Amino acid sequence: MISNINSSLGKSNIRLGFIVKRSGVLSLIQDEGRFGAFHMGLTNGGPIDKQAFHWANRLCSNNLNVSAIEVSVGGFAVIAQVDTVIAVTGAKMPLTINGQIKELWRSYKVQAGDLIELGHTNEGVRSYFAVDGGFDITPSFGSSSTVCREGIGGLKGTKLSVNDILPCETTTHARLVKLSEQDQPKYCNELRLRIIPSYQHQHFSSFQQKLFYSSEYKVGKSYDRMGYRLEGPKIICDIDGILSEGICSGAVQLPKDGQPIVLMNDRQTIGGYPKIGSVISLDTAKLGQLAQGGKIRFEAISMEKARKLIINDLNLFNQTDVLFCD
Amino acid sequence: MSPEINIEIAGENSLIIYFSEKISEEVTAKVHRAQLLIKQEMSNWLIDVIPSYTSILVVFNLLETDHHLVANKLRMLLKNIAINIDNQGQLIELPVYYALESGPDLTVIAKHTNLPIEKIISIHQQQEYRVYAIGFAPGFAYLGEVDERIAMPRLNTPRMKVPKGAVAIADRQTAIYPSTSPGGWNIIGLCPVEMFNANNNPNMPVQVGDRVKFKAISRDEFSSLGGVLGTTYD
Repeated sequence: MISNINSSLGKSNIRLGFIVKRSGVLSLIQDEGRFGAFHMGLTNGGPIDKQAFHWANRLCSNNLNVSAIEVSVGGFAVIAQVDTVIAVTGAKMPLTINGQIKELWRSYKVQAGDLIELGHTNEGVRSYFAVDGGFDITPSFGSSSTVCREGIGGLKGTKLSVNDILPCETTTHARLVKLSEQDQPKYCNELRLRIIPSYQHQHFSSFQQKLFYSSEYKVGKSYDRMGYRLEGPKIICDIDGILSEGICSGAVQLPKDGQPIVLMNDRQTIGGYPKIGSVISLDTAKLGQLAQGGKIRFEAISMEKARKLIINDLNLFNQTDVLFCD
Repeated sequence: MSPEINIEIAGENSLIIYFSEKISEEVTAKVHRAQLLIKQEMSNWLIDVIPSYTSILVVFNLLETDHHLVANKLRMLLKNIAINIDNQGQLIELPVYYALESGPDLTVIAKHTNLPIEKIISIHQQQEYRVYAIGFAPGFAYLGEVDERIAMPRLNTPRMKVPKGAVAIADRQTAIYPSTSPGGWNIIGLCPVEMFNANNNPNMPVQVGDRVKFKAISRDEFSSLGGVLGTTYD
């Protein structure tokens, strides 16, 4: 049994949950993101692949926005200190519990002392490790999302490290469920990103626009939670820069070198490079599963179409039934 | 609606309002007033706003509304935006310890501008600055406009480490680094007041639209206000 779960006083080691044995390449506590603090220069953070994040929480019968762990690339291991239910979704990282191979996109009961390991990914970049009830993290500016660059969120504003304790409650009542294989997303190495022409798009000549929309780009070596730098034909804007202005998630910025940068969850909130448009959230989620060398093409869509796609996707999520495993 | 207000698409759930193409006192006052109005009047579907020099990014919940409705409401709301330039924003005085030990680029600016260091320091204090935008890092406030006589281009090679509290100039802007970070602005002093602290209330001493005035303090005053010297400038 655990006590003191609500105690914020004193030693952190009186709170139980999972203890980190291997932190992996980049493992971060994330909830839906931090909104309401843009005016102070705080970006939103949150899960890069919201779809996989939502599924991890749903498989644990959680509210969709509670805190889970975003594991990038893999190499993450924890030991349970409590009895509870977990689920891992997203990139194909080999999951084992006490050395036994388990499926992703499925919830499992774990007991205090169990070792849960995520190996390195075979397909995709980020996976989501959720627990029944969510990890109990004190919010910072209304959110637990970790933004390392700002030193905000998570346990102490940083990525997870060995011996960190991820507090959560003991639960045993949850039913075990899975998402059928046909409903699980596939992470391929080629993507078509749907983008809404916006911001300074009229400052790109029709030739430059045609080039942008007909060319193939590759994910370069610099891709992270701030932005994905792409490599391909140079796209030149009529103007060098603009007065710094608010940047929305998915905005595609074109600095002087003409190589597009798709700005992601941890982007700076304002910036002065011209932008040709903004990739829709359904597709930045997919982009976030792409690593260096991944191939990309852009397809322009309207604001109305984007909204319809997002609402349809939400409806599909809500209508997709989980399968009971017990 | 003022004819120069322009509302354009930014992303699937965001619009950007452009108040002007140029920075001016009037535009800053409008941005300040408008963001308050938007937050007050549109809370039903508003996710967040990002005010900046001449624009406001408005992020909305697309499940609750769509961009046509948002644009219409914004036009209505901002149609007769009343501003009183003299009475916009708080005036905040920030203490600065200007010296060679705290402002390693004062000599470079002196060389570049042909002004004595004391003159540069006094010019920097002479005027009220407006907080045009906050970004780059939490609490990093872009203040303008710096007197042309002491305007200074960014360093060719940015420093790996600019100390927390560094007061710096880049072109016609000035700012205080809220935390230790890389940076390419010219450092002229140190400010002991924290520009961002997650545990303070408010978290920042300034917000967009506020006015800032700098006041020189001595080394002792700097220390007694909690300032820390001895940071190396890489």
